Amino acid sequence: MAVLDMRDVSLTYHPSEGPVPAVRHVDLSVDAGEVVGVAGESGCGKSTLISTVLRLYPKSATVDGEVLVDGENVFDMKWNRMRAVRWGEAAVVFQGALHSLNPIQRIGKQLVEPILVHDKGATEASAMKKVRELLDQVGLPTRHVNAYPHQLSGGQKQRIMIALALTCDPKVLLCDEPTTALDVMVQAQILDLLKGIARDRAMGMLIISHDLSVLSTNCDRIAIMYAGQVVEQGPALDLFQNPAHPYTRALMGAFPTIGDGESRYAPTGLPGDPPFPGDLPSGCSFHPRCAIATDECSTVNVVLEPVGPGRDAACIHVNQGVGAP
Amino acid sequence: MAQQEPGGVSDAALDPTEFGRVQRPSRVSGIGRFTARRLLTGLGTLAFVLVFNFFLFQMLPGDPLARYKGAREISAEDLAALRQELESPLWEQFFNYVKDPLQLDSYSTIQGKPVWEVIADALPWTLILLGTSTLLATVIGIWIGIRAGWNRGSKFDKNSTGITLFLYATPEFWLGLLLILFFSTGFWIFPGIFPSGSAIGSGLDPWTVDGVISIAWHTVLPAASLAAVYLADYSLIMRASMVDELGQDYLMTARAKGLMDRAIRRGHAVPNASLPTITLIFLNIGFIIGGAITVETVFSYPGLGLLTWNAIQADDLPLLQALFLFFSVSVIVFNMIADIVIAAIDPRIRL
Amino acid sequence: MTTDTAPTVAIPSVRAIRWKRRQVATARFIRAFSRYRSGLFGVGILLFFVAVAVSAPYVFPEYLLDPNANLSNSVYAPPSAEFYYWMGTDDLGRSVLAELAWGARPSLVVGILASIMAMIIGTLVGIASGHFRGFFGGSMERLTDWFLVLPFVPTVIVLQAVLGETTIWITVIVLGITSWPGTARLVRAQTLSVEARPYIERAKVLGNSDWAQMVRHILPNVMPLVIANTTLTVAIVILSMTTLAFLGLLDPNLISWGGMLDSADATGAALQGAWWFLIPPGLCVIAVVLAFTLIGRTLEVVLNPRLGSN
Repeated sequence: MAVLDMRDVSLTYHPSEGPVPAVRHVDLSVDAGEVVGVAGESGCGKSTLISTVLRLYPKSATVDGEVLVDGENVFDMKWNRMRAVRWGEAAVVFQGALHSLNPIQRIGKQLVEPILVHDKGATEASAMKKVRELLDQVGLPTRHVNAYPHQLSGGQKQRIMIALALTCDPKVLLCDEPTTALDVMVQAQILDLLKGIARDRAMGMLIISHDLSVLSTNCDRIAIMYAGQVVEQGPALDLFQNPAHPYTRALMGAFPTIGDGESRYAPTGLPGDPPFPGDLPSGCSFHPRCAIATDECSTVNVVLEPVGPGRDAACIHVNQGVGAP
Repeated sequence: MAQQEPGGVSDAALDPTEFGRVQRPSRVSGIGRFTARRLLTGLGTLAFVLVFNFFLFQMLPGDPLARYKGAREISAEDLAALRQELESPLWEQFFNYVKDPLQLDSYSTIQGKPVWEVIADALPWTLILLGTSTLLATVIGIWIGIRAGWNRGSKFDKNSTGITLFLYATPEFWLGLLLILFFSTGFWIFPGIFPSGSAIGSGLDPWTVDGVISIAWHTVLPAASLAAVYLADYSLIMRASMVDELGQDYLMTARAKGLMDRAIRRGHAVPNASLPTITLIFLNIGFIIGGAITVETVFSYPGLGLLTWNAIQADDLPLLQALFLFFSVSVIVFNMIADIVIAAIDPRIRL
Repeated sequence: MTTDTAPTVAIPSVRAIRWKRRQVATARFIRAFSRYRSGLFGVGILLFFVAVAVSAPYVFPEYLLDPNANLSNSVYAPPSAEFYYWMGTDDLGRSVLAELAWGARPSLVVGILASIMAMIIGTLVGIASGHFRGFFGGSMERLTDWFLVLPFVPTVIVLQAVLGETTIWITVIVLGITSWPGTARLVRAQTLSVEARPYIERAKVLGNSDWAQMVRHILPNVMPLVIANTTLTVAIVILSMTTLAFLGLLDPNLISWGGMLDSADATGAALQGAWWFLIPPGLCVIAVVLAFTLIGRTLEVVLNPRLGSN
């Protein structure tokens, strides 16, 4: 059963310059024990997508569709219920490299806080005991409860963020760029840790990253986002070996393949920048940067359509078999 | 202040060894070391002030003997000794000064008493005024700043920012004059409620109930003038820091944890945002000790400010020199306290 | 503001390019500034007072300010319909309105000149203490700390006594000397953060002298902050000058708003209910200080290199 189910989710920001549709009609679900990755360039709406799950977007933003956490639509919740769902049902692993921890509070206090808020039966002592256990589980010495954030390295802070997300035993874990700004060795350790946690605790996990290669080796399924939409999704391995959407292929071309000497010399990359969500191109949002775009692409509205077993892509050429490999 | 650059990468983040040893997180020793170091630089500043004080007053024009004799009854021998001292070479005078930087035997020319006795007489009044106005300014200013910053762009924010900017631009003694006009003289429709001269009714003993009431009554207007101006300062700074903190990532973490709005504000945003305001409050306390001159003058309030003004009027240089030293030291001391308090709250400072 | 790193190769049109770039930057700055209503409001008030200061000698002839020429006027006469006496008379029977207009002149002149002086000292000391390590940088930092603790009024009194006669220029110097440490601290912090950026490393590696690093790379980056800060300093300097005037520490022949308040206080205007001699000078001070504060705050936002680059 899906612990997180997003149905036709849209989110629009309303700055004074005019509406900015940051997420548009996204369908995505995560089963218990499943790891789903969302990839895309910065500004494609992936972080905004995560913010819809716990309604962490600014008050002025408007949302549409449904986000079901364990079968319950968060958009319909009263604030009291919403606060209980926050961390209790779904928790976020924020980027540890950012200032996601309060700089003037000891780690222990910050980890104990959600337990005391959500578990009415918990005492200061029982909560602290649990925090120590969690630190141990994420591979940190328990004396770190007395440390301040600035005394820890980036990797250690990321482990703290993971321990923090686990404090209330959530059913869904949302990981927002959990490995960005960490060096490669530490990245691998963190991802192993996250995978292990998802497996052991049978929780659903959504990982967001701009690094497709990180996701492909660690996720069961992957969704590719572009300009606020999911443009392709499917089983991780299959999608990685056999990308259908031209954007996915361009994204892969940006990373050289290990063992393929040629790819190192010809990183294809992608010209230009992603469009500003407040000023999207007509038709397929990707067509101005697309290598195989035709006139039709600037007029036809593209939607996700099946392109294989468990695979969907939003491109008229793929669907007609033109661009498929 | 060794404040960490915002957005800068801390050394810890660059640490290649993932399990690099954590600094021993012991609050006491860190704070102790910091305090010791801070005391040392404070002493350095003090030394500068002493030297500066000496040479500045040396450079003053006029006959130094006339200034130092003042209203003091002085014997012929003492006078000769004083003259000899004043005519000795500069380095010798400086040496004598360094031996006795407080100039304990220095006499005020207007009051004919030792300068430190004169200062000790006026100090309690200044402390009463300072304490009342700082308390008011701090509580009200911080409250306004928190509320305005948290609800940025709200009606409360717009109104309070407008009013506080206006107060920030107001000379405190002018506000004092207005308060006298409105609440002391029975001008127009306002009854004269509060007294506007001295700090206590004449002939009252400050240690009686009547005396205390009279003191409180006399403190209202001068304290209000000072508080109004300084609360503007505090609320503007507090608001700006609140707005800065609102964009910080750790507040998003706090919201995601499911905390109530109030818990986020009190537990996370306010403690972080209050650091610059706390620094400013302590700095200002140091400055107001010597800076309430105009307000004390307007209200004839017999504190250190009025004393300074009288010393200026009468060219009482020994007293002025002592006041100069006292004010500088109070700024240095409160500066130091500010740094230590901040270091106690913010672990990043005490490195 | 452009953070232009001037090209080292001399192309004939470099001057033209730079000129063009400045024009574009200026236009962008004006557009950005005018988005803030409070900033425009400040500019409006300031322009009004500049106009008053410039036109004062033409509108209000100097005899209106001469105590001996107004002996026949009644003292503390309330406001009347006659233009010169719209605001009544002061303790010497002079036109309060004329004094208000003339009082705008020293406020603006002293405020701006002393702030520029503080800006120059503060920027030099700030950059030096941020750029140089070791003894020199350390002593510059200490110097800033020391000047920061000097009690304002006693320092001014002693400085004035040392410098001799209290003319308006002495006041400018005294206020300049006492107002720079804040700027120096700010500039030092900004210098440290600029120095942490990679391109300073690059400039060092390429063999740029300390002077070149400071002038070409650090100065352009601290300048926006300095300009905003100086505008805010003008506000504080004007308040300080008002305080000095009120304490009788300015040139006694100078007509200033603070001096008017001094006379009002000394002759008991409040007790006599002469509000017209008490309230308008204060409001003028507030208006000018507010104008510089509003402009300074807007400049802080518009010129802030952190927020502005977006």
